[in-house]
Amino acid sequence: MSKRLHLYIGLVLVLIVAGAVLVSYLWLPFAPDDTSGGRLAPPGGDHLLGTDKLGRDLLTQLLIGGRIALGTALGAVAVGGVLGLGAGLLAGFATRWLDDAAAVVLDILIAFPTLLLAMLIVAGTGASLGTAILAIGLAMAAIVARLVRVLVKQVLGRDYITAARVAGVSWPRIVLSHVLPNIAPVLLVNLALQAGLAVLAEASLSYLGLGTPPPNASWGRMLFEAQATVLTSPVAAIAPGLALVTLVIGMNLTADGLRLGVSDADR
Amino acid sequence: MLTVDRLTIRNRAGRALVEDVSFSVGPGDRAGLIGESGSGKSLTALAVIGLLPPGLTATGEVRLGDTSMIKGQEKLRTRVRGKVVATVFQEPLTALDPLMPAGRQIAEPIRRFRSLRGTALRDAVHAALDEVRLTDTDRIARSYPHELSGGQRQRVAIAMALACRPQLLVADEPTTALDVTVQAEILDLLDRLVDTHGTALLFITHDLPVAARVARHTHVLREGRIVESAPIADLLARPAHPYTRTLVDSARRFDAALGRHLS
Repeated sequence: MSKRLHLYIGLVLVLIVAGAVLVSYLWLPFAPDDTSGGRLAPPGGDHLLGTDKLGRDLLTQLLIGGRIALGTALGAVAVGGVLGLGAGLLAGFATRWLDDAAAVVLDILIAFPTLLLAMLIVAGTGASLGTAILAIGLAMAAIVARLVRVLVKQVLGRDYITAARVAGVSWPRIVLSHVLPNIAPVLLVNLALQAGLAVLAEASLSYLGLGTPPPNASWGRMLFEAQATVLTSPVAAIAPGLALVTLVIGMNLTADGLRLGVSDADR
Repeated sequence: MLTVDRLTIRNRAGRALVEDVSFSVGPGDRAGLIGESGSGKSLTALAVIGLLPPGLTATGEVRLGDTSMIKGQEKLRTRVRGKVVATVFQEPLTALDPLMPAGRQIAEPIRRFRSLRGTALRDAVHAALDEVRLTDTDRIARSYPHELSGGQRQRVAIAMALACRPQLLVADEPTTALDVTVQAEILDLLDRLVDTHGTALLFITHDLPVAARVARHTHVLREGRIVESAPIADLLARPAHPYTRTLVDSARRFDAALGRHLS
């Protein structure tokens, strides 16, 4: 597949989800707590995807779940990106022993499974979407920080940094105008990839009852709730599953397309 | 102007990469530093601008005017860089930020040292490009390094180095990465600019014919030590050290090969 195709398919998939989420803010087929459709109604008629076991409209739930999935992705990437970039820059510029210490701490954090770390944080503070985002973001920050640290060291070794220093350019200015732009492409690719992982992590946490609390519909919790009735009303399981796959594959393909674009520009 | 006095550079393991190197460059002088790769010539250049890579320590003394480039406060060295000393590197592709238009890179030191802004800054950038014989300065200023040829990039790097009229230019193999024809043009350009502005030059190369073209007093560096120092003409005519003799002989053999095909 060509790199353009990766990027386009990825963006289209993400935009489909994002578009549906935007629409959900303007229009929902039913109110989220409307149970007038009756339990486990089959797809068709008023309820396009049917209803769940409480009688809520599945399409409505799916759209609201999309808000949470995208919100988590954006929130976690914001938390992980800002913290990771800050920590990575500091480590990249730090003196040798401080940098070595930072590298060890980051490696330990990364060796810790993201989901386990998130579960620990959620267990300590109680399940809510905010803590889930924070937990996923923190785990992501360690990965981003390690990447940024290496990238910064690479860029600092280049002659144009020496040239800028010989030209008397101050450190803050060197970071802003030389270091950040030069690490941005690789960083962006990584963040796009991390966004997909964040969506999956949130769904997993919610599936385990550690993410978004009821009555808000998260795709992970919808999957959990559909589990018992998967044979009688499979749409309740297939719909959130498909939505999840669409968004995550979309984000991964976008990252892939960006990565191919970046390595192309390097050549 | 520049005095290097018993400069020794060691790595973390304590091995001396440059040992007991002393030389000086007077105002408007042109010194050559010649040696094979690994002889410590680039490290010497970095020590002169006070930007040795982390992990390397320098002892001895490097003074640029009144400022020590290896001891004392970094703040004082920052004041000297760009204004008193500037550099041109070997590989013009890595010496320029790939994500910044050429014009903005030249503008950086000008803004800082000549405090120019707006149109005055723009004019200064164009004048700097003009000076290195780049035509179509508008287009060049807007171009990213990958849109320029090797020769153009090196001209931009030279413009950037000379934009603030430094008293000393450290040129570390400025022509090595270029085609032979472009090499000659860049050498002529350096030659002329250094002359018109009275800039002192520390020219570092592994290439004897190139050194012969621009440098005057030349120091031959081998395995971190200066093995011979003499005006370039004397070096070529009467190499005293066996290593210098090998350098001269191999250069002459190239010449001879050319001559054979002529006749």
